[in-house]
Amino acid sequence: MQYLPNIVFAITLVASIGFFVKNIRKLIRNIKLGKDIDRSDNKAARWKNMAKIALGQYKMVRRPVSGILHVLVYVGFIIINIEVLEIIIDGLLGTHRVFQPILGDAFYGFLIGTFEILAVLVFVSVIVFWIRRNVIKLKRFLSKEMKGWPKNDGNFILYFEMVLMSLFIIMNATDISFQEINIGNPISQFIAPWFSGLSPETLHLIEQSAWWLHIIGILTFLNYLYYSKHLHILLAFPNTFYAKLQPKGQLDNLEAVTKEVQLMMDPSADPYAAPAEGEDEAPEKFGASDVTDLNWVQLLNAYTCTECGRCTSSCPANLTGKELSPRAIMMKTRDRLEEVGENIDANGGEFKDDGKQLLNDYITPEELWACTSCNACVQECPVNIDPLSIIIDMRRYLVMEQSAAPQELNMMMTNIENNGAPWQYNQMDRLNWKDEE
Amino acid sequence: MIVPTMAEMMAQGKQPEVLFWVGAAGSFDDRAKKITRAFVKILHQANVDFAVLGTEESSTGDAAKRAGNEFLFQMQAVTNIEVLNAYEIKTIVTCDPHSFNTLKNEYPSLGGKYEVFHHTQYIKKLISDGRLSVNDSVLKDKRVTFHDPCYLGRANDEYESPREIIQRLGVNLTEMKRSKSTALCCGAGGAQMFKEPEKGDKDINVLRTEDALETNPQIIATGCPYCNTMMTDGVKFKEKEEEVQVLDIAELIAAANQL
Repeated sequence: MQYLPNIVFAITLVASIGFFVKNIRKLIRNIKLGKDIDRSDNKAARWKNMAKIALGQYKMVRRPVSGILHVLVYVGFIIINIEVLEIIIDGLLGTHRVFQPILGDAFYGFLIGTFEILAVLVFVSVIVFWIRRNVIKLKRFLSKEMKGWPKNDGNFILYFEMVLMSLFIIMNATDISFQEINIGNPISQFIAPWFSGLSPETLHLIEQSAWWLHIIGILTFLNYLYYSKHLHILLAFPNTFYAKLQPKGQLDNLEAVTKEVQLMMDPSADPYAAPAEGEDEAPEKFGASDVTDLNWVQLLNAYTCTECGRCTSSCPANLTGKELSPRAIMMKTRDRLEEVGENIDANGGEFKDDGKQLLNDYITPEELWACTSCNACVQECPVNIDPLSIIIDMRRYLVMEQSAAPQELNMMMTNIENNGAPWQYNQMDRLNWKDEE
Repeated sequence: MIVPTMAEMMAQGKQPEVLFWVGAAGSFDDRAKKITRAFVKILHQANVDFAVLGTEESSTGDAAKRAGNEFLFQMQAVTNIEVLNAYEIKTIVTCDPHSFNTLKNEYPSLGGKYEVFHHTQYIKKLISDGRLSVNDSVLKDKRVTFHDPCYLGRANDEYESPREIIQRLGVNLTEMKRSKSTALCCGAGGAQMFKEPEKGDKDINVLRTEDALETNPQIIATGCPYCNTMMTDGVKFKEKEEEVQVLDIAELIAAANQL
């Protein structure tokens, strides 16, 4: 029976990682429901973006307070996770602090001491984050789309981190032999006296409980990611890698339209000609009315969004009380994508029409038409999400498939068609300005 | 005003060094036409050998594209590219950041590859090439703030050219709290210029004008005919049109050099 804890640990570990992998495969399957888009060019620039923006947190510090606190949590969380490696080995082998004799007391103490200080910094940062959300009530955390689950999700993550950091410190504080060597406990030495007077057996029990709860907490958090907005800790990396490299003002030119336009402009083309062999597929749909009309990078964007709301808080439409919120565009895209994914799971791998789509059921034309295409949301996103591309693709569907542009825009477009200007002026008057002074 | 067209140039067997793309606003809008004329005066002063397409120019299709009408955009693009390529145009300058963005970024993959300048970039080049000098006494000590057009700034990362020119005017430039990459849109982009805004609690141009008025300016400078219209309307809404002028950078240079 002496191996029981090791076996329990191994089973817990394998089950947790297995469940996580299962969900990640589902996530990748869902992202691949998107249309193909080639983002394999200019690898050097892509790696650089990933290093600078995801790893280097370059865009986070555009807002210094939340930016610097976020860097602390991020660095702390990554570095403290080195400790998880030791925990896993200890758990599997039944050892206790397996790295201590290997690294020597001095170096081991230095490492754990660093982790302890980082743990406190993470704890304090997370408290500040919680205060910003719940006490100061920053406007961007209280928008319409942040009611219910998104609000709770944000707080749950903060609680998780508070608890994990506390357990790490308690685990060290109640570890008698670790406290006795008295290096590597810059924080826990002040916590240890809280437990003075308890018997060594009780202390050991607390230490072991903290150890177990810590690792179970980490594994739970790992599996929580898929259900939360917190996926950005993983997806920020591919998302910044595959993000658009062109100037922000450049929209893609739809290739399907280029083909049609070439045909229309080609004087030798026969409009009544039967389509050539192999071209008898259904005509391509222009623009996007559902998530499967978007490309996979746009869907990856939706999963990566951590709902920080920097986009929405800089959106001119949102700032002036319009219905549009770029964050909500991303959240709705993800919600619909997950709905489609669940539909596929429920119907044996095949999507069964549910009578719903992203347009109207999630995102309304009113939101789409409020956008000024100013790129403030794209600029602000700390992980290079592009809400504007989704808005434009959905406008394309509204206009080219449904002829459902606002009336004034139809007039503008008719003018461009007829006289080459958005207003009703005669093309022949185009140079009149030179004689008008 | 002497403004040669490409057709006239071609008839004389000449090729200008740059094509001035006037744009729909610059051609037809009464306010924007003043910017167009100011820029032509600058081109004349710097002895730039330029031409316009005149009646052969047509909408770039920017507004149509951003309204979702990719068909109309590409029809416009292909038509314009045919004209531009027939005249063997290599270099284009425009006072409209929307035309600038579309010509520079969206025409190349449709067959239109040109070196494209926004007029603030071109004026900066004329100055650094020693072809144009700016008088810094006429507008001396005027309080100026600069509104970044989205399609020049965020869209194409050009924040410095307009500011470098403004610095040469001897004016006092005060930045708004939201400027450069955090600048607020004027509300005209993405085809909003041509429609009523969606319902909300304020108009975007009013909010942006408030940003500008916080700097207590005598002049709100900008580099886009649409921003100009929106900011001018905002200043009127705030009943400040007696104290505050909205001017394009080309107009500032023309005024400084008393053209």
